[in-house]
Amino acid sequence: MARAPQIKQEEACARLDATGVYYRELNQNVRELMASGCRDIVLDGVNGQRYIADGLMEAVKITINGVPGNDLGAFMDGPVLLVNDNAQDGVGNTMNSGKIVVKGHAGDVIGYGMRGGKIFVGGDVGFRVGIHMKSYREQVPVIVVGGRAGDFFGEYMAGGLMVLLGRGGADRPLVGDYLGTGMHGGTIYVHGEVAESQMGGEVRRFDLEDSDREFLRGILAEFSADLETDLADIEEDAFMKLRPFSHRPYGNMYCY
Amino acid sequence: MFGDQYSKWVVDRCHVPAACGLSGVMSRDGRPVSGETIIESMRVIHDRGNGLGGGFAGYGIYPAFKDLYAMHIMFEDEAGKAACEELLTENMELQAGEEIPVQPNPGITDPPLLWRYFGVPRGEKLAAGDGAADDFMVRLVMRINTTVPGTFVFSSGKNMGVFKAVGFAEDVGEFYRLPDYEAYTWIGHGRFPTNTPGWWGGAHPFNILDWCVVHNGEISSYGINKRYLEMFGYECTLLTDTEVMAYLFDLLIRRHGLPLELACKVIAAPFWKEIDSDEDTEEAGLYRALRITYASALVNGPFAVIVGHSRGMIGLNDRIKLRPLVAAVKDDLLYVSSEESAIRQICPRPDRVWAPDAGEPVIGELRGDA
Repeated sequence: MARAPQIKQEEACARLDATGVYYRELNQNVRELMASGCRDIVLDGVNGQRYIADGLMEAVKITINGVPGNDLGAFMDGPVLLVNDNAQDGVGNTMNSGKIVVKGHAGDVIGYGMRGGKIFVGGDVGFRVGIHMKSYREQVPVIVVGGRAGDFFGEYMAGGLMVLLGRGGADRPLVGDYLGTGMHGGTIYVHGEVAESQMGGEVRRFDLEDSDREFLRGILAEFSADLETDLADIEEDAFMKLRPFSHRPYGNMYCY
Repeated sequence: MFGDQYSKWVVDRCHVPAACGLSGVMSRDGRPVSGETIIESMRVIHDRGNGLGGGFAGYGIYPAFKDLYAMHIMFEDEAGKAACEELLTENMELQAGEEIPVQPNPGITDPPLLWRYFGVPRGEKLAAGDGAADDFMVRLVMRINTTVPGTFVFSSGKNMGVFKAVGFAEDVGEFYRLPDYEAYTWIGHGRFPTNTPGWWGGAHPFNILDWCVVHNGEISSYGINKRYLEMFGYECTLLTDTEVMAYLFDLLIRRHGLPLELACKVIAAPFWKEIDSDEDTEEAGLYRALRITYASALVNGPFAVIVGHSRGMIGLNDRIKLRPLVAAVKDDLLYVSSEESAIRQICPRPDRVWAPDAGEPVIGELRGDA
């Protein structure tokens, strides 16, 4: 991976061929393009380059053609990333604001410790998605997953909103075990039924309220537009709403 | 940490500084795949390793000697080589022996003497019965590793070979001239040692006879597994946890005759919670029996492994998927890797790509006639 990236400037947009380019050089080039005022960047031929858009703190749109490497958009604060393929592990690690849209599936540990912004994944996600998510006042992170999810979805979740649509075949459960284990803040909406045995001991099922319906309508319209997918099969009343019944589940753990 | 068989040469060359990269490709039709392919795949996940270990195993690489055990051996010096060759000649009918061809590479420094020998055990040395030759070869490998100073057998199967070194995987592949070889199964590894030294013997794959393992993670049950294996004559000499996994597959499948799927259910056993939730089924009874019988063969801790053997390839995760593993298929080819990009590099448009569930093996087997 030692090739210099080929940069083509187009109208209000730069296209960069990332084929065989090492991640450091690729990310350096993105920063240079931004410094020159470019706010719409397309990366072609991406395959496995880590840390794309990490720590970027400005409004910029980056379109990624190919499979980006781990920690896509980590610590990101503002950019919009569109991945026209699958993504790997650690997408949106500790991101603060902005949006990441993944057309295909994504790997493990998506949105770890996320504190703001949105992550939309069209397909399945792996294990430990949305763990340690948190919110503060107007900073409310949102993850929407179109497909299915593995174990530990929303584990130790402290805030924010997660929506799981569970589409794409009935060959495996729509979510794995330990759903919301240790959860003490935020809300998880699951389209379909989840057995009690799959849930952590800290979550309970609650009835949908008007505010939930309003949130779901808005976010699903946005998801549908970004992913160019028709959500006619999604029924508002089929969502399970899961919330922790205590905001301090371990408050008495060491107190006798 | 070091016993008497580890000379200053080994100790001086051990680095103790953390994650690993895995990739494997297998043709279910048994079609030959160039070693260049697995090097290209490993190149993408270069940063999962840190240059303190890289290696590969190829199956089907020695068709001219396919019925002979191919012993790949590293020697610290000529004295070890002479002592080992004496032991080999005494115990085996050797048909060929040569230095393993290498291409000097700036990324690979200070190699030991690297030789390979092809042969079978001497008839008079063997006890009667099926599997006697395999059992004899396991004992011979253990004997060499534990008694010949500075000498380690790193490959002992038939029509297959392990190639490993201290260095980044792609450099190791070029060093051993892997593009000159064709195999129907390749597995590769880039090491990032965390708890145990980075040295030539500690690079992956780990092998015994037909079984090779590349691993990302750490086996916290190592002590239990090691003591269990010792009861069956396996000696762990390579100073790192993954070694037990190769021996466990040999024990469970070759010696105890477990089917592949069940061997995986011993190593990544279902949780008691799952077994007890459907108490009365035959399946639950089987898993309960396996957990009780093979408690000491359960592998705990985070792991993703790719296991190679002459009839195929297996990808397996620990029971809560603490390390990444992705699989894909395209026509007759099965791919397993730590990262999707490593697969897409050598297979841009797979028919299907998926993330295997925790503890659920991905099993690729050669077609019956291949």
